[in-house]
Amino acid sequence: MTEIISTIFIAIGTLANLISCIGLVRLPDLYNRLQASTKSVTLGICSMLVGVLIKYGFIGIGIKALIAIPLIFFTATVSAHALAKGAYYFGIKPGKKTVRDDYEDAYNK
Amino acid sequence: MLEILLYIQVGICIFPLYAIIKGPSLADRMVALDILGVLVTGICIKLIIITDQLFMIDIVYAWIILSFISILTLAKYLENKKLND
Repeated sequence: MTEIISTIFIAIGTLANLISCIGLVRLPDLYNRLQASTKSVTLGICSMLVGVLIKYGFIGIGIKALIAIPLIFFTATVSAHALAKGAYYFGIKPGKKTVRDDYEDAYNK
Repeated sequence: MLEILLYIQVGICIFPLYAIIKGPSLADRMVALDILGVLVTGICIKLIIITDQLFMIDIVYAWIILSFISILTLAKYLENKKLND
């Protein structure tokens, strides 16, 4: 029974990764691409780690998988934010359909 | 079932590789590189259950931290550069 549940969680994670990779190729703008892909890849990896936890229970590896969830949650978001800031300073403008750019004022100050 | 999911996970690494080749500017390539690093973590997690080698979770930890540091370094490099240099 636990194997079936953990396989379901891992399948959900793989599906999220697949969706985010399609978004990485298809979306028009760098910031759209960064947001779509980073969020759902992080979600997918967290779901897979929950699957590992359910498969092995609360012994050594399960606890390690549980601790890896906040680790990847914080590192992925921080690196995405640093990458977005670096891309803005690099000179990449948001796409034409972007209606509001709050960061521009802080950049020109 | 898990083997099929592993093949899918390896197969979707094609998308970031394609984005690295195609990406018009340097920043697009870095975004794709970030995603590729996290996808390799997913491959390692699936290999834990398939091969039953429990030490592989430590590889997951090391890969997460290495990817984090390398992307931060590349982002700092990107800040000090301009697009039309």
